[in-house]
Amino acid sequence: MKDMVEIRWHGRGGQGAKTASLLLADAAFNTGKYVQGFPEYGPERMGAPITAYDRISTERCTVHSNIYEPDYVVVVDETLLSSVDVTAGLKADGAIVINSTKKPEELRSRLKGYQGKVCTIDAGKISVETLGKNFPNTPMLGAIVKISGVVPEKEFIQDMEGSFRHKFASRHQVIEGNIKALIRSMEEVQVG
Amino acid sequence: MGIRERLSGNEAIAYAMKQINPDVMGAFPITPSTEIPQYFSTYVDNGEVDTEFIPVESEHSAMSTCIGAQAAGVRAISATSSCGLVYMTEMLYVAASDRLPITLAVSTRALSGPININNDHSDAMGVRDAGWIQLFAETNQEAYDNYLQAMRIGEAVSLPVMICQDGFITSHAIENIELAEDDKVRKFVGEYHPDNALLGRENPMSVGAFGMPCYYMECKRQQAQAMIDAKEVIRRVGEEFGAMTGRSYGLIEKYRMDDAEEAVVIMGSSAGTAKAAVDELRAEGKKAGLVKIRSFRPFPAEELVEALKNVKAFAAMDKDDSFNAHCGPMFAEIAAALYAAGETAPKGINYIYGLGGRDVRLESIRRVYAELEQIAATGKTGETYRYLDVRE
Repeated sequence: MKDMVEIRWHGRGGQGAKTASLLLADAAFNTGKYVQGFPEYGPERMGAPITAYDRISTERCTVHSNIYEPDYVVVVDETLLSSVDVTAGLKADGAIVINSTKKPEELRSRLKGYQGKVCTIDAGKISVETLGKNFPNTPMLGAIVKISGVVPEKEFIQDMEGSFRHKFASRHQVIEGNIKALIRSMEEVQVG
Repeated sequence: MGIRERLSGNEAIAYAMKQINPDVMGAFPITPSTEIPQYFSTYVDNGEVDTEFIPVESEHSAMSTCIGAQAAGVRAISATSSCGLVYMTEMLYVAASDRLPITLAVSTRALSGPININNDHSDAMGVRDAGWIQLFAETNQEAYDNYLQAMRIGEAVSLPVMICQDGFITSHAIENIELAEDDKVRKFVGEYHPDNALLGRENPMSVGAFGMPCYYMECKRQQAQAMIDAKEVIRRVGEEFGAMTGRSYGLIEKYRMDDAEEAVVIMGSSAGTAKAAVDELRAEGKKAGLVKIRSFRPFPAEELVEALKNVKAFAAMDKDDSFNAHCGPMFAEIAAALYAAGETAPKGINYIYGLGGRDVRLESIRRVYAELEQIAATGKTGETYRYLDVRE
């Protein structure tokens, strides 16, 4: 991993992009890193485009601004591709990870000539099959950890198990489903 | 060694409150400080603190609750933001003039209108003359550290203390933080035993008296003296805190100022962004430096004069506007400090920046330094009242 990795999340209100960004910050913190995890706040409405950010670094980062030149971008909702400039400032040696049923090469033409890696993951399908409902944020979290390598995969799964156990203490199925969703997304993410 | 954690600024404040276990909290929620009483009420509910939590119907009542409690002889706390702070204003003056060392956590936010929930310093600056000590934090760590020091400072001079951090930017961002152990915190903060209190059995006193012209001004003079005395107390408590945690605090922080020719004076979270800009400029061989104001009240006039007297040009960064067709409050007070000390060599300009959450980027701060370089080279300040990153 580089000394500093910056990640930008695009989602819609209610899809859990903010929660996923904070979970990623948590996981990176637990491997000894300095982290910043923060959403961009405005009038919060279900379905409206939202942005969240992660900075993960080996030294404390003192910058307190949004991220304009991210190493990675995560798009939790494919429909945002037509309304939000998701690749703005995205580094060519980075990657964009999109929640989609399509293959990476089918989406590249919609990314304004972005030259870096384009990755897709069918987060909706994985979520429905493992959790019974469409919660795309858990699979997206697994996919970005796999693609960015900001947290070692094994440690990440163990850590998330701990977090989910804490959060859903009495709901065993939810814990298992979330872990399955993470593992499957790490296996199934397609890189193009 | 402290405890390695990651918390948002609001979580950090609520955690500090839990460690201190104050007697009374009077609170009314408002974005972005709502989480503070929310998290703290959980501690109350769980029995982790034995604070009397008093949910009220407005911020005016929240501060009134604190005044009643603190006057009775116990520690009272609250938290607020933006219009909530404005609505409290009448009672803020009462708290300060009654010499009640209440602590108030402020997650700073813009004022309407247009209606906006994001960060700037308009709320805190609007009450800068209410007689409260005002400490500003760059990070979640500083918000936490300032909170742990606030009661020691306020109680030593009998003045209330506002602990300000930038709404959302630090209040809602998760970052690494080092927490102090509970026993160390309790020992550091100590117990509160005021010499006089409304309900003090040994030395009862009346609070909120009527002040006729023959006495009113003497009361104000004493209040002014308490603020003057607070400077030394803030320094002493900041050093003592450093001995405990390794993180020392003064009234200001100087960053790469030793041989600096251009300096930015700034407060709050953007100081961190500006430090990164200074590092870049230094790597390019430029003599850039930064002064961060931690204590806006009392105002560190002598310290700022000392820090700025040898620079060629400085920019005072105000995250609010006085709408006086002239300048923001920080610039006004720095200029007054330099003039009073007879220092007229440094050229100064004022930027109004970051209003209503306008993102303050590293590039924005670099543009300020580029302007300062021009001024240093030519000796011409041009317009001193400027807006940063605005469409006109």
